[in-house]
Amino acid sequence: MITYLGRRAFHSILSVIGLLTLVFFLTRLTGDPSALYLPLDSTAEARAAFARLNGLDQPIYWQFLDYLRDLLQLDFGESLRQNRSAMQVALEAFPETLKLAAVAITLSTALAILVGSLAAARPGSMFDRVASFVSLAGASAPDFWVAIVGILVFAVGLGLLPTSGTGTWAHWIMPVFVLMLRPFGLLVQVVRGTMLSALASPYIKTARAKGLPLQKIIFGHALRNSLLPVVTVAGDLATSLVNGAVVVESIFGWPGIGKLMIDSIIQRDFAVVQSTILVTATAIFILNIAIDLLYAVLDPRIRY
Amino acid sequence: MSNATNPILKVDGLTVDFLSDDEPVRAVDDISFHVSRGETLVILGESGSGKSVSTSAVMDLIDCPPGDIVAGSCLFDGVELSGLGAEARRSINGRRIAMIFQDPLAYLNPVYTVGRQIEEVYESHGAGSGKDARAKTIELLRRVGIPEPENRVDFYPHQFSGGQRQRVMIAMAIALKPDILIADEPTTALDVSVQAQILDLLRDLQRETGMALIMITHDLEVAASMADRIIVMNGGKVVETGIAKEVFSNPQHAYTRRLISALPHGNAAEAPNKRSTAIAGETLLKVEHLTKHYVLASGAFSSKRTFKAVDDISFEVRRGETLGIVGESGSGKSSVARMLLGLNAPSSGKAVFAGENIFEMNEKRLMAFRRKVQMVFQDPYGSMNPRMRVYSIISEPWVIHGDILPKNRWKARVAELLELVGLLPEHADRYPHQFSGGQRQRIAIARALASEPELIVCDEAVSALDVSIQAQVIDLLAGLRTRLSLSYIFITHDLPIVRHFADRIMVMKDGKIVEEGQTSALFGAPRHEYTQSLLQAVPRPKWLTQAQ
Repeated sequence: MITYLGRRAFHSILSVIGLLTLVFFLTRLTGDPSALYLPLDSTAEARAAFARLNGLDQPIYWQFLDYLRDLLQLDFGESLRQNRSAMQVALEAFPETLKLAAVAITLSTALAILVGSLAAARPGSMFDRVASFVSLAGASAPDFWVAIVGILVFAVGLGLLPTSGTGTWAHWIMPVFVLMLRPFGLLVQVVRGTMLSALASPYIKTARAKGLPLQKIIFGHALRNSLLPVVTVAGDLATSLVNGAVVVESIFGWPGIGKLMIDSIIQRDFAVVQSTILVTATAIFILNIAIDLLYAVLDPRIRY
Repeated sequence: MSNATNPILKVDGLTVDFLSDDEPVRAVDDISFHVSRGETLVILGESGSGKSVSTSAVMDLIDCPPGDIVAGSCLFDGVELSGLGAEARRSINGRRIAMIFQDPLAYLNPVYTVGRQIEEVYESHGAGSGKDARAKTIELLRRVGIPEPENRVDFYPHQFSGGQRQRVMIAMAIALKPDILIADEPTTALDVSVQAQILDLLRDLQRETGMALIMITHDLEVAASMADRIIVMNGGKVVETGIAKEVFSNPQHAYTRRLISALPHGNAAEAPNKRSTAIAGETLLKVEHLTKHYVLASGAFSSKRTFKAVDDISFEVRRGETLGIVGESGSGKSSVARMLLGLNAPSSGKAVFAGENIFEMNEKRLMAFRRKVQMVFQDPYGSMNPRMRVYSIISEPWVIHGDILPKNRWKARVAELLELVGLLPEHADRYPHQFSGGQRQRIAIARALASEPELIVCDEAVSALDVSIQAQVIDLLAGLRTRLSLSYIFITHDLPIVRHFADRIMVMKDGKIVEEGQTSALFGAPRHEYTQSLLQAVPRPKWLTQAQ
């Protein structure tokens, strides 16, 4: 178990280093930041001074070594835009994303398990058909379109909800709803499928022969055995949300890490881009290890 | 039986249909039976005879749809079971009628401890909860013979052996002392020695609690050893019913007679000998010091542990001979087969086939070798691609070994092979699922013959088949051996089955050969105690044991 965690952590660190290397060089391909941060008519000397100040005059491999050396000292660089620690900027935005992701994934998983299980308990029933239709529609609808239509109807048209920003609970409704759609739709399909095969398995016959009540058979015996694939898919969806829901955060002006990332890329704020990637990558690796451990909790046959 | 006139369960005219695409299939056709307290009723039949469906109907375990109970009544202790409400039904299932199944690993929930699954029975019927239910569960596990029940109660099903799992299932079923226990092939998935223990346990429990036992089986010996009364089912109908001893000694229906005569375990003197007549002295395969170790755990923090699946065994097979390898699960018999076919590499040892060590062959020599040695597996359906027609399945070896047969002769040869194994040439256009188990095994044999082998390894090739079909397939194999001068290695867990077929028998246990010898000598005077226990483990008829 400890060996397993150690090995996973080691592999994760290797992957993060690889990722950061890639990001470092790719961001440099977007162009020279001095073009954005200095006035158009600034002199060549001013540009050179800006480059020297930010280490941009060095050869790129030298910049990279510099960056690695700083990383080892936990110095993640300064934000060009905000003139403060890039890591601090990233860490301020990340909890906003995390809160949104946690609420969206928890709600959609819980709801999907309920709807999917009930649909599987009576395949072909009216409930099953409505659930299948709704989930398929949810999984297929483009989130940016739903978000924009939502703003038009509920914020602009009816004036019930705020268009964007944070503050009150009303600000949560539309972003959470839009983020839930796809996970909910996919998860209902997964839960329904795995529940159908679980309900057809021999141990369900045993449960029926024992005279267990129906809800115990469905939610006690069948559901517990169906959770592994659900955890896999839910984990995958959670990963994409933790990564920052770039589109939804941008549309709703949610000050999360996805919005920060896209803004920093546009502004060529390299240190912030790198810090956001480091933060989300670390979170995703921790999430993946947690999912693996959850497998072992759910299925006693899995041991690391 | 004093209370035979007052049966606890009386099934009358039960008829069950299964809906399919075309028209409903009648799985159970107007059957009637009854059972009284303290009595054992055996429902005997081969696969597809409707024996399991009939008891599932009693337990309300048939899924409707596709199942449909068309007619009939099930009177249990004065209460009509068909059409009973869900709540009333629930108070009978598990409490007054309980059931155990064939494959305890599949029928136990893998993610809950066995303790929890048994406690659930008490809790859901309001017969105890918490500490009370746990104490009762531990006591119950002790009763069915689980060692250290205080610890084992928190184990998961996969941490028990097959026999112990069935004991757990039995514990779960008898928790509330039911009036009727239905046992659906309870020992079919178990080794013979374990089978005897489980049957003993069932008999003891029945004596203690006075419950009625309905046992479903395809195994005549098991049936004979358990039954007071017996009903024989075929094609969804009851073809014979009566006191067990009378049915066995004087079967009335032709089907029952056929079943009893097909018994491979019958009297040695009566059965026709199917052993080879002509064995050439020439050695075809010589195996020396064959060993296979598996590393169980190795790593920085654990010491290396190995499991000896096959432990230094040597034997030979001569041309035209049948060597039976007999052993229970885990004895290493299948590992031997896999190594001989080059499917697994051995840890050490050699096997010389026609003068060449097969473990040192290069890719090209191995291809040529594989033509000469073919395998027939236990599950013919699982070992055939379901999307290939029989023609493609049988002709596949010719695609791989291009020199066997020119393509223009394939069709004729497939027809020839199908006739050789007792099928029809027009079967070539069908898919595997369109055949019965026995027919599929014939196709598997035809495929094995396609590459013109000299040695065929049969790994439990008849174990999944019904008794009467088993005999037919063995007859076929014996006939082919003479016509095509083949050699067989016939691997099985069932010692009596090879009695009239194998020339020599090798008994394996824990990776070692414990006894080897000519078949008649081995059966006549088994030397090793393990062989003796295997022979004795064959259940004896109840009327004989009672008379003693």
